[in-house]
Amino acid sequence: MTSPGVTLSGSGQIAGEALFSDLRLRLVGGGWTCLLGPSGCGKSTLLRLLAGLDTGAVFTGTITAEDGLPLAGRVAYMAQEDLLLPWLDVRGNVRLGAHLRGLAPDGPRSEALIARLGLADHAEKRPSQLSGGQRQRVALARTLMEDRAVVLLDEPFSALDARTRAEMQELAAETLAGRTVLLVTHDPAEAARMGNRVYLMEHGGLTDMPPPPTPAIRETGHGETQRFGEALMARLRAA
Amino acid sequence: MSGAGRISSGVRSEGASSPRPAARDPAPSRRWRAVAQAALVTLVLLALWEGLVRLLALPPFILPGPLRVGRALIENAGLIAYHTGITAVEVALGLVIGAGLGAATAIGIAVSPLARAFIRPALIVTQALPVFALAPILTLWFGYGMASKIVMAVLIIYFPVTSSFFDGLMRTPQGWLDLGHVMGATPRQAMWRIRVPAAIPSLASGLRLAAVYAPIGAVIGEWVGAAGGLGYLMLLANGRAKTDLMFAALIVLALLALLLYRLVGAACDRLTARME
Repeated sequence: MTSPGVTLSGSGQIAGEALFSDLRLRLVGGGWTCLLGPSGCGKSTLLRLLAGLDTGAVFTGTITAEDGLPLAGRVAYMAQEDLLLPWLDVRGNVRLGAHLRGLAPDGPRSEALIARLGLADHAEKRPSQLSGGQRQRVALARTLMEDRAVVLLDEPFSALDARTRAEMQELAAETLAGRTVLLVTHDPAEAARMGNRVYLMEHGGLTDMPPPPTPAIRETGHGETQRFGEALMARLRAA
Repeated sequence: MSGAGRISSGVRSEGASSPRPAARDPAPSRRWRAVAQAALVTLVLLALWEGLVRLLALPPFILPGPLRVGRALIENAGLIAYHTGITAVEVALGLVIGAGLGAATAIGIAVSPLARAFIRPALIVTQALPVFALAPILTLWFGYGMASKIVMAVLIIYFPVTSSFFDGLMRTPQGWLDLGHVMGATPRQAMWRIRVPAAIPSLASGLRLAAVYAPIGAVIGEWVGAAGGLGYLMLLANGRAKTDLMFAALIVLALLALLLYRLVGAACDRLTARME
């Protein structure tokens, strides 16, 4: 699968007021783009526009994929809440896409994903029997099961404790390699660690913040990653 | 089961504690104590009743004592069983049909805004009308047999089932619907595979109410005009000043209603536990 770059450009209004104007968000084809900003700045709105979800905003502009094909049907979505259905077990949740579309699930593939994400011992458990980190791993497996070229992540790690978050970032970087990923986050350290491209969203506009030359995913304690994270933090606080 | 174990396992418990609610499965000793308590309270109340009747020397056609009622219950066991059977069938059929119609209506108005615009106001108007006031008309239309009582029970439980299930269907967490949308589920697929299962606990609370209302509907129907059933038996006994038989029928009716409530409640608990 080749994962195209995706560009969103245009303006958005909520209740007659501009949320963002003449904005241009370009997702790296086959890489990670991080969209960093304070709560309520409209970054989730951009992600939801790309996902084709209701935003409550009026968007005038275009969303195009580099390969010229429509984006619809090529997107997977993962949110801050794991969105696991409590009446399905782990296996059922991983296979949710096929279940919802009324298709037969790809059994071997889902079993392989469950095993790869370390959930083999939990396949028959209900979400309520899992820890927060395990639940988010199931959500990642469900996202991978969709096998889409573009993956939209809306703060998927922000509710996790520090250690689990770092593990999940590594697992996501490894398993989503080669896909076009948009990660919306309010955590500068996360953006510094994960992004091939990092945008800062403030006052309805985007600033391209060039990340260090080291390829993502970067080590947390690494000097230039840390300095980049601090620079992002300073910009956020000044905003 | 130890609370300390659950706390120490913390946020990242890999060995996942099993958080089945303990309240659904009380320890046997506690359950027995509850039964013993209920039995004791009942005995005390019965003793007070008997004492009051004797103390005030009330005539049995005004208020028979519990011993007299018990005797009437035993002497008329066959008769009471026959009429209990009729009421039980009316209530059970009313419950099944009413719950089915209510659930179908809830899904229909949840799917279609047009149906919602037409049916919801009508539902509220019918709810404002006391269903009891319709009993004579229903008897006129559906006769003195079981049908008019079943219709009565259906009417009385239709609204609570419809409205609680409908509320549940309209309160599906937005995140699940977003996920379904991105995954390419059609509205129909999202309805059957996300919204309906997510609303089962709401449907269950409607069914619990229905279990309370259904016997009321059937008995009202029997009072207005019937050839059988516990409500009919009560009227018959009343007309012949057999107050003890009337009380016996009343007690059996209460037990029937209680049994129904417990059965439906247990079924709803199981259903809800599967969904949560």
